[in-house]
Amino acid sequence: MDPRLGTALVVVFGVPLTLIGYILGVEQVLRRLPGRLQPTLRPWLWLLPALAFLAVFLIYPTLYTLLLSFEDKFSRHFVGLANYQYFFSTGDTIGALRNNIVWLVLLTVLAVGGGLLIAVLVDRVRYESIAKSIIFLPLAISFVGAAVIWQFMFAYRPPGAFQTGTLNGLLGSVGVAPVPWLIDAPLNSVALIVVAAWIWTGFCMVILSAALKGISAELLEAARVDGATEVQVFRRITLPLLMPTIAVVATTMVITSLKAFDIVYVMTNGAFDTEVIANRMYKELFSFGQPGRASAIAIVLLALIVPVMVLNVRRFRDQEAIR
Amino acid sequence: MTTLGRRSLPLPGRTTASRGSRRLRLDRLALHGAIAVILIVWLLPTVGMLVNSFRPAADVSHTGWWTALSPTAQFTTDNYQHVLTRNGLGQAFVNSLFITIPSTVIPITIAAFAAYAFAWMRFPGRDVLFVVVVGLLVVPLQTTLIPILRLFKDAGLAGSFLGVWLAHTGYGLPFAIFLLRNYMGGLPREVFESAAIDGAGPATAFFRLALPMSIPAIAALVIFQFLFVWNDLLVALVYIGAANAPNLPLTVLVANLANSLGGEWQFLMAAAFISMALPLVVFFALQRYFVRGITGGAVKG
Repeated sequence: MDPRLGTALVVVFGVPLTLIGYILGVEQVLRRLPGRLQPTLRPWLWLLPALAFLAVFLIYPTLYTLLLSFEDKFSRHFVGLANYQYFFSTGDTIGALRNNIVWLVLLTVLAVGGGLLIAVLVDRVRYESIAKSIIFLPLAISFVGAAVIWQFMFAYRPPGAFQTGTLNGLLGSVGVAPVPWLIDAPLNSVALIVVAAWIWTGFCMVILSAALKGISAELLEAARVDGATEVQVFRRITLPLLMPTIAVVATTMVITSLKAFDIVYVMTNGAFDTEVIANRMYKELFSFGQPGRASAIAIVLLALIVPVMVLNVRRFRDQEAIR
Repeated sequence: MTTLGRRSLPLPGRTTASRGSRRLRLDRLALHGAIAVILIVWLLPTVGMLVNSFRPAADVSHTGWWTALSPTAQFTTDNYQHVLTRNGLGQAFVNSLFITIPSTVIPITIAAFAAYAFAWMRFPGRDVLFVVVVGLLVVPLQTTLIPILRLFKDAGLAGSFLGVWLAHTGYGLPFAIFLLRNYMGGLPREVFESAAIDGAGPATAFFRLALPMSIPAIAALVIFQFLFVWNDLLVALVYIGAANAPNLPLTVLVANLANSLGGEWQFLMAAAFISMALPLVVFFALQRYFVRGITGGAVKG
């Protein structure tokens, strides 16, 4: 018997029971307090466990990382902007940043564009739900699993040898020389992005498809009766109505590309100019022993995401105003 | 003539009825063809790997998986036996379960109470605080790794499951609070008002009304968090450590194998498929809830 099983069982049942006990206890205590204090104290006591976790695991470490990014590799001496200077003046890290920008543009275009195309296509057939399941399936498996699957799609052997990789096998069957997908830059970064697009297109499709169902059928029919072609209906009516949703999935893809890690870590580990900032940060921390530089990279990543955060908050406020 | 004219209306362009219907049929054919091509492209990578994971080592290294489509091809389960016994895949599967289940249960329980407070209690600073939660939704884990790792090292939690449970709880909370608060906030106000008139306190209203009525959102969240933690690489890699053999979950072990197995692809593929088995079962059995969780989170966020 695994001794850890006991711990796991205690946690799985103990934590919810403790929390329920905590809330019931809080209510008991509140009942004994003067009437006016109850509604003032209650929300904070209910929120306490959540706020404690958010403070300890998200807010405090983010501030601490900001501090570390101004310190040397022993986290002892203040070094000013040296870690940021390193990041923005070293070929490797600039290359990683450049690759992230390629990821950002290409993955967003492929996943959002592909998701929109597929959502519109399958909307017209009866086997829509099965088709959507197949496209959506890669999202359920891990990026590590997807990376292994695609490593073998991209497998390459020198010309003349039998190609066991699916893509080079296909090329060989039409007489084209094999391509070293994961070795030649910048093709290799594109290959990694294709893996990410294979995963994320389903995500975009599902959300866009839900929005597509929300467009009134009468509106589209009225346009067709007035003589609009299918292309016109799509460009003048469907697309503008989908724009807010497209913006939502596009921002999600922007964050995804900036945080890209798993696929690169497993498939190339940044070799042959495929480095991205999240993988570089991991290397700075665990391979090079440079927590200061790693922190600076994390803060750069956060800074790149802040505009998206502001957009999200603004969008949320607008929605709340409508409610 | 009028009926013909009406029938031709939905068609692209203005043609006579017979030309139009032939064109419509061609359009439908092109549509089905395009969808079929897309679906094949999407399935091909997974199918190829699945086929290869059941082929003998000699075949995998010398021929493509598609040669296994011939009737004389041989199949074996040796690769699965090998990785389960020799590479520790069985242990890693158990570890993944150990990591994932508490990391799913704890944050959702904590989030439910917070979501109820955000949705149905009035207090100064509520809206500002919730906007902070919305902001935290997109904070990259990377900015938290180093301080938390140091905290765990000081507390003796580095490499342990407890550390990973706590970290996943913190990381999963913003989305869980966000989704549940939006769902609970959408429940009918009258239900809570009449309960209050009947003398039910907040605890009763939460356990008897808000919680049972939120089951669809909680189900979506459970599946979402379960798959997220099961598929996570970064958090496990940092807090458990790539070399911490007895505690490695599947993702870290498969990533290690991808680096070390080199030519022995048949084993890597079998290992990768074992890591996907549970998510695939969860996905096919509970797809509806999973999709609901994703659309609910994204469209509202």
